[in-house]
Amino acid sequence: MAIRLTRWPSLRTPTLARHLVLALGAGVLLFLISSQIGAYDDYNLAEVAIFAIAAAGLNLLTGVNGQLSLGHGALMAIGAYTTSLLLRGRDLPLPLLLLASVASASLIGCLFGVAAARLRGPYLAGATLALAVGLPQIATRYSQVFGGEEGLTVAPPAVPAWLGADFPPERWLAWIAIVAALVTFVLLANLVHSSVGRSFRGVRDHEAAAALAGIDVARTQIQAFVVSAACAGLAGSLFAYWAGVTNPAGFSLALSLQLVTAIVIGGLGTLSGAVWGSIVLVFVPSLTSGMASSLNLPTSVANNLPLAIYGAVLVVAMLVAPYGIDGGLHRLVALGRARWAGASSNHKGVVDWDDPAGG
Amino acid sequence: MQRFVVLTLNGLTEGSIYAAMALALVMIWRATQVVNFAQGAMAMFTTYLALFALERGASYWLAFAIALACGLLLGAVVERVLVRPVESAPPLNVVILTLGILLVLEALAPMLFGGQIRSFPAAFSIVGLRLGSLQIPLSPFDLFILASVLIMMGLLLLLFQRTDLGLRMRASAFNPEVSRLLGIRVSRMLTLGWALAALVGALAGLLIAPSLLLYPTYMDQVLVFGFTGAILGGLDSPPGAVIGGLAMGFSLSYVGGYLGSDLETVGALVILIAVLMVRPRGLFTLRAQREV
Repeated sequence: MAIRLTRWPSLRTPTLARHLVLALGAGVLLFLISSQIGAYDDYNLAEVAIFAIAAAGLNLLTGVNGQLSLGHGALMAIGAYTTSLLLRGRDLPLPLLLLASVASASLIGCLFGVAAARLRGPYLAGATLALAVGLPQIATRYSQVFGGEEGLTVAPPAVPAWLGADFPPERWLAWIAIVAALVTFVLLANLVHSSVGRSFRGVRDHEAAAALAGIDVARTQIQAFVVSAACAGLAGSLFAYWAGVTNPAGFSLALSLQLVTAIVIGGLGTLSGAVWGSIVLVFVPSLTSGMASSLNLPTSVANNLPLAIYGAVLVVAMLVAPYGIDGGLHRLVALGRARWAGASSNHKGVVDWDDPAGG
Repeated sequence: MQRFVVLTLNGLTEGSIYAAMALALVMIWRATQVVNFAQGAMAMFTTYLALFALERGASYWLAFAIALACGLLLGAVVERVLVRPVESAPPLNVVILTLGILLVLEALAPMLFGGQIRSFPAAFSIVGLRLGSLQIPLSPFDLFILASVLIMMGLLLLLFQRTDLGLRMRASAFNPEVSRLLGIRVSRMLTLGWALAALVGALAGLLIAPSLLLYPTYMDQVLVFGFTGAILGGLDSPPGAVIGGLAMGFSLSYVGGYLGSDLETVGALVILIAVLMVRPRGLFTLRAQREV
């Protein structure tokens, strides 16, 4: 591995430049793809980008810092409701609304993080589960403010005039979501590679050792919660635009659980894992529902087939790919590399999960 | 005052069902360190099987027995076929696996039995008993719920405290490695633990079905409240699970009755967080674990 490091010094350091170049490349690629596909696919692309933001934040908390949250859907709801409430009868610039949603979700995330820092394992899971179930009910209870079950409608972001009159609004939303996702990813990638990120991992791997090394465990956990909540808030705000309406049903427990399944299916603790997971999350149900409707099945079967397949995908994925898509890919690459180098005896595709590139 | 009595009795019956659910979760947690999110869906499925039997002309008690037996079997199969292979994987994977099972069961039930909301019969009258001229808000079926949960708990207590098999199960949960060295078939004990827990869950599903009505997701809230109860009591303590489940029943009933039913789960959230702030490992976890 040391050989590779000396061969590509300019690509491995400095971190910020490398991440910016990667993000720019991905941005250009996605821009080209988005311009070629239809409006419906752009709509799906926007959904992937939105889920990727939330999943990346959750992956930082769960994969990198080791705190399981089953309540990130509720934090997304805070972002979405912030945006929807601020937009009521007003026209505010989009970046301002995104920032306001990030701020409000971070604040709630900080409050909850303080509580969560005392909890471990299933107790944290239980508390965040209660958050996911309890918080949307507040919107139903105070329906004058939050619009009750029907919720608040959100107009899609206005397409700027210079893009032309027939520019699809879905594509504009997809661009916004992609830019937001790339900015989030660059920031998160830098954070993970910084000393803060190292203390996140230290706390996950061994709390006592981290504390002995001078890391404030509780503070680190709260930091991770706040960063993660900020991502959820951003995703929630974009989700409000994407869905066109913000209501309690949109932020059910299912959403929180979907985010957790996304990061485990994609790969815990990596940003690419969050992307893979979001792709699975968006495209598996849409593919299977298309398939189910074309098969001429009775309605009770056709309506539930996508859910059954999604569940079966989760079960099978956990049985055959315990480290997610990202882990499986790295394993394949490592196997291929080992075979190519002729060193098949000692390298069985075992990958260091914190540094899968083996740097 | 009368309102208070109504809410208390209501909380008691609902709480006993949450207690059963919490107990099922705790049994699985103690045996395999897994929170089984599919517990509610498994109970939903067995209750649908009972309804299926009822519609084919079976008596209530036969359907009841069929559901419990199927619960036992389903628990054993899920542990043996699906959970066992991921035992050595990262702990979150088992959580995702049980979520996957939950989704599959909730999709399978409407495919097999139809998706519409169904009513499920109660074994006894659900009209409140009469004491002289006074009607009290406790029906024979409520008494049946309390009695069956109590009997089930008594039997489990007997099993775990008084029998050789129960001792072996407790030993396997406490220290699998040492138990294996002592000649206990630990894997069988784990399968049995899951089966028994699924049986307890199936009972909870049968008992609450008449009041919640039967639809594929009807056990979701029971699972959430049961899990909250188990967390409240401490996941390592079966008595804690029972007390936690009852506490959930009472507090949900009081919050719903005095503050409005749409605040029930918010109330549950507040209570849970408040308790966990004081006791981060639940009320009844005895030893403070130190991780080094």
